[in-house]
Amino acid sequence: MALLEIKNLHAKVAVAGGREILKGVNLTVNAGEVHALMGRNGCGKSTLFQVIAGRETYEVTEGSITYEGKDLLEMSAEERAREGVFLAFQSPVEIPGVSTDYFLKAAVNEVRKHHGEPELDAMQFLKLFKEKRELLEIDQSFTRRAVNEGFSGGEKKRNEVFQMAVMNPKLGLLDETDSGLDVDALKTVAKGINTLHQQDAHRALMVVTHQERLLKSIVPDFVHVMVDGRIIESGGKELALRVEQRGYAGIEEEVRQGV
Amino acid sequence: MPTETEEIETLANREYKWGFETAIEAETVPPGLSEETVRFISAKKGEPEWMLEWRLKAYRHWLKMEEPHDWPHLKYPKIDYQASSYFSAPKPKKKSLDEVDPELLAVYDKLGIPLSERNALLGVEEKGQTPVAVDAVFDSVSVATTFRKTLAEKGIIFCSFGEAVREHPDLVKQYMGSVVPYSDNFFATLNSAVFTDGSFVYIPKGVKCPMELSTYFRINAKNTGQFERTLIIADEGAQVSYLEGCTAPMRDENQLHAAVVELVAMDNATIKYSTVQNWFPGDPKTGKGGIYNFVTKRGACRGVNSKITWTQVETGSAITWKYPSCILQGDNSVGEFYSVALTHHFQQADTGTKMIHIGKNTRSTIVSKGISAGQGQNTYRGLVKILKGATHARNYTQCDSLLLGDQCGAHTFPYIEVRNTTSKAEHEASTSKIGEDQLFYCKTRGIALEDAINMIVSGFCKDVFKELPMEFAVEAQKLLGVSLEGSVG
Repeated sequence: MALLEIKNLHAKVAVAGGREILKGVNLTVNAGEVHALMGRNGCGKSTLFQVIAGRETYEVTEGSITYEGKDLLEMSAEERAREGVFLAFQSPVEIPGVSTDYFLKAAVNEVRKHHGEPELDAMQFLKLFKEKRELLEIDQSFTRRAVNEGFSGGEKKRNEVFQMAVMNPKLGLLDETDSGLDVDALKTVAKGINTLHQQDAHRALMVVTHQERLLKSIVPDFVHVMVDGRIIESGGKELALRVEQRGYAGIEEEVRQGV
Repeated sequence: MPTETEEIETLANREYKWGFETAIEAETVPPGLSEETVRFISAKKGEPEWMLEWRLKAYRHWLKMEEPHDWPHLKYPKIDYQASSYFSAPKPKKKSLDEVDPELLAVYDKLGIPLSERNALLGVEEKGQTPVAVDAVFDSVSVATTFRKTLAEKGIIFCSFGEAVREHPDLVKQYMGSVVPYSDNFFATLNSAVFTDGSFVYIPKGVKCPMELSTYFRINAKNTGQFERTLIIADEGAQVSYLEGCTAPMRDENQLHAAVVELVAMDNATIKYSTVQNWFPGDPKTGKGGIYNFVTKRGACRGVNSKITWTQVETGSAITWKYPSCILQGDNSVGEFYSVALTHHFQQADTGTKMIHIGKNTRSTIVSKGISAGQGQNTYRGLVKILKGATHARNYTQCDSLLLGDQCGAHTFPYIEVRNTTSKAEHEASTSKIGEDQLFYCKTRGIALEDAINMIVSGFCKDVFKELPMEFAVEAQKLLGVSLEGSVG
């Protein structure tokens, strides 16, 4: 059974007369796989992630998403998170006055409660946070600050991956986690993501990126090119290279000509 | 999948859990206000002549005053002062704690306020908490004051106001009306005429009060206003922390609560006054009923290096109208005001503070957090006045508003007057909205809507909550959660 199966997914902005953004997406992700999603700005990559994560500002008008054999669209956003779907945001919001520590404790305990596991105590959290901080080379003071408040773009991205490490999801959706990172930060984050991937052979990742560079560190099993709300081409890691060389327009042209 | 709207409706239909009414035999005077009423109250409380004279002076002055409607950002009908009763007392009034009507004790028990010292002490051992001495005011009278003996050993007076008038007339005469004169404003003057009970605290020179003092106000009787008066005096070098809580049953008609609180801090004295106000806010769907909370609170930092801190969490009442203020008379004195005011459904609040800098090097801090949800209207109104002689005075004001939904309102009216060139006043203000993006972010971390709102709001209020005594802070946070249920759509 596939971990995630998306069939003919159509979604529009959830207002009367809202624009249709996803126009029939088909995609299968198995446990342990890494998928890269590429495409121009505005082609629907982020929307796809948000729809998978359960954002109500989008309305699914057609198609289905099955997650571990269950109808994902029937679940609320928080249920999806508790079932192991994690979205690392492209532009994470700030939550003033709420420390990252506190926020993540609440999050982890919600997941544990959902699975009938006892909540972690302060000592266990300390240990968990320390281990994950080291993985992403972040300082302790970082998690004492309010969630994303006053964080630089790079710090926010790092915080997203740190949260993913702590939440330990089955499916990680990384939305342009590499953008806005300098070379060193990118290395650290990529290393972190890779370690997370290796630690759990069942964890699947979906990565939205514009840079082939990231895919050198996080090697995808599959690459998909999205154009205007549909996946028009899928392939192995070599597809990323083709995108790099020919551009999205080139790929579109090739598909049109049936190359 | 339940939609967010359904989820919210379920939450919104929860009730105000303090809204129960207790069938207790009470002596209530018929509605109406006249000199006779004033005389009746005074006689009922066995007051000396001077007290009655003071009340009458206030009453006669009040007749010439007008209910404020033009300047507050509040909509309310003209109140019919003849329609409500000005005195209601559970009978018979007992003298000691052991004799208090068990039914009354049960009421406070239900509200979570321990009136039995024995239990309170046991609680201390069990939870390692500091004991809190409580004065319980039920409608027009104080029904019990705990830990009096422990406090008396240190020379601290903690009793009902009525008792203070009888037992400590010199202190009352000296200080009552010295911060809020009987002619101060419409509601304070009304209170001066008809006040029924309240708390009195005197901390002698050099004494640090060993426990938190607290008054719990409960309105129970129908058609009755509550007019309590509190006076706290911290003599030279004294320190005290005082807490105030309040609830009322759910009713269709509006009930008036017009209190006066006066604080006096002498040289090097410190008074910390914290309020968690949770009067019945009115019917969430229709806006019917609820308490009209028109309160005058003012503190005088009379001595050098004295300090008064007001912390308030205002979540209840149909209307809140209060401006806990500080008169910074002593050199180097400090005034602080930390406020969280929440208006949900049809609630309205016009609240803030006045910091009057008179002495040299006086400092004041104002942190105001207004939260509006539903159709709530929330107004911050503040005055920072630095007089000519108040050289090197400093003020810092931070005034933030948080909006939930698009039918509520936040309004800010800051007034700053600086009359010398060595002083400095800073004002920072912000307005933000709990965004769908913040809520979605929390949800993708497994945190459900209601918890997400509570978390975001608590974060917003953090600077104020940290000023509250520990247990109160926890209580306030919970209360905020309950009051905000069903606020985001």
